[in-house]
Amino acid sequence: MTDWLSPEEWDAVRLSLRVSFWATLVSLPFGLFIAHALARWRFPGRQLLNGLVHLPLILPPVVTGYLLLLTFGRRGTVGQYLDQWFGIVFAFRWTGAVLAAAVMAFPLMVRAMRLAIEAVDPKLEQAGSTLGASRPWVWLTVTLPLILPGVIAGAILAFAKAMGEFGATITFVSNIPGQTRTLPSAIYSFLQVPGGESGAARLALVAIIIAMAALLLSEWVSRAVARRIAGS
Amino acid sequence: MTLSVSLHHRYPDFTLDVAFTAPPGVTALFGRSGSGKTTVVNAVAGLLRPGKGRIALDETVLLDTERRIFLPPHRRRIGYVFQEGRLFPHLTVRQNLLYGRWFAPKGAARADFDLIVDLLGIGALLARRPGALSGGEKSRVALGRAILSDPGILLMDEPLAALDEDRKSGILPYLERLRDTLSLPILYVSHSAAEVARLATTVVLIEAGRVSAAGPAAAILSDPLTASGVGLRDMGAVLTARVEAQEEDGLTRLATAAGPVWLPGVGAAPGRSLRLRILAQDVMLARARPEGISALNILPCTVRDLTPAGDGGVLVRLSLGEEDLLARITARSAAALGLAPGQPVHAVLKAVAVAPDSIGT
Repeated sequence: MTDWLSPEEWDAVRLSLRVSFWATLVSLPFGLFIAHALARWRFPGRQLLNGLVHLPLILPPVVTGYLLLLTFGRRGTVGQYLDQWFGIVFAFRWTGAVLAAAVMAFPLMVRAMRLAIEAVDPKLEQAGSTLGASRPWVWLTVTLPLILPGVIAGAILAFAKAMGEFGATITFVSNIPGQTRTLPSAIYSFLQVPGGESGAARLALVAIIIAMAALLLSEWVSRAVARRIAGS
Repeated sequence: MTLSVSLHHRYPDFTLDVAFTAPPGVTALFGRSGSGKTTVVNAVAGLLRPGKGRIALDETVLLDTERRIFLPPHRRRIGYVFQEGRLFPHLTVRQNLLYGRWFAPKGAARADFDLIVDLLGIGALLARRPGALSGGEKSRVALGRAILSDPGILLMDEPLAALDEDRKSGILPYLERLRDTLSLPILYVSHSAAEVARLATTVVLIEAGRVSAAGPAAAILSDPLTASGVGLRDMGAVLTARVEAQEEDGLTRLATAAGPVWLPGVGAAPGRSLRLRILAQDVMLARARPEGISALNILPCTVRDLTPAGDGGVLVRLSLGEEDLLARITARSAAALGLAPGQPVHAVLKAVAVAPDSIGT
């Protein structure tokens, strides 16, 4: 049943799923931390951090990609040391696509999680501490379960955004078949050659299916969690 | 266990400056809203860091600003019953109750889960979540959760304030049972004289951030000098009484220091010891034993002292044996009767004036 997509098309779908999966997973702890800091802590530069996190949402994706290239490219300010010291290279690799997707999806993830954290009553956390739970335990046993719907929603939103990321990715890591040609790049490439429309349409269909599945999953999961918490 | 507290904390518009000790039993922090009671409890729990102070539970120092000791809340082993319950919505009642157990030190004395659940009457709720509980049920679960964390002291911040009158009366007996079953000191914050009269063994009266009186509950609530803090309408003595017999017409005969007292609707069994709160405004005074009067309870006693209170009023403290009774009458009546310390009088009390809520164990 796999023959309705060509091997190259399958490569693009698989690559996109892999990139989105890792982009979501890797940014999850950072997202939680930043969301927590923005929701709960008052520190100098909080507004700056908030702006920085949201920047990819409002900048043209091409600009974000270009900035990533300047920073994490082989000759980039950070990239050259990552290459020299750790042998980590982002430029023109699938890992670079992960980085680009993660950066682009980050604001959406943080936003959803921050709203969830702000909705948690700190008085419940105080109650946990009077019952003998240290801060990390309070976070694990009270805060995390209560923000779980928001965390899941944020993660799925980030995954969907990562699946669709195009501008920053193609600018940062180009469009190399099998390496960095994600689903949107593949659709774009199909449309550049005569007779590519049918391939583009098939991939578009795949994109729609994945997006819908993600949306339904997120709805279902957060409703299940919310039902548990509401306590019927 | 005895809790000793000394605190100094400055808010922009309010300064708290209190010192007191809470012996075993129920110590009520009593005073109007905004007098600083909750600040004290939060400091004991470690949720608030006072500017200056020292708090110790027997030998364990919880806070000493001079020695820079501040034990974080989770290491204080304090059971805090919050006004709003603060149950964890994502956990079942059973999980809520056992939450503190996960963190209690291994060697801690363990409160018996089944006993506490039984005492609070929450056995049927264990599988539910807090969202599906009524206000009264939530209060009892919150109480159980604090006790089952095996604390060294129990703090209760107006645990009944969020409940309506019926629910309050429903929970008071549970609190009395807990007080008599557990050997924990309990710090009980309240602005209700009725609750304090029923539950407290010791009262610390707080007015505008300062302790204005402290001592045994019966003495503080009937001390005319505390009227400004307690509130004139809430002044009254607490008498100890023993149930003697249930009589055929529905009245209960009780033995007090001043002789028998009859009250309606006392459900307790003969032999049971009770605390009766007699409001000063419900007591009339007569020079001679009145005759042809509907009031059932006429108690011979002696005038101890008279204190002017309110507009044209007088609080008369009366001795009946070991205990005090308080009457609030007008200055005109006091003058007409020629009341003076040492004089024998008769206190008259309508049986129906003592509300069921004023009768505790």
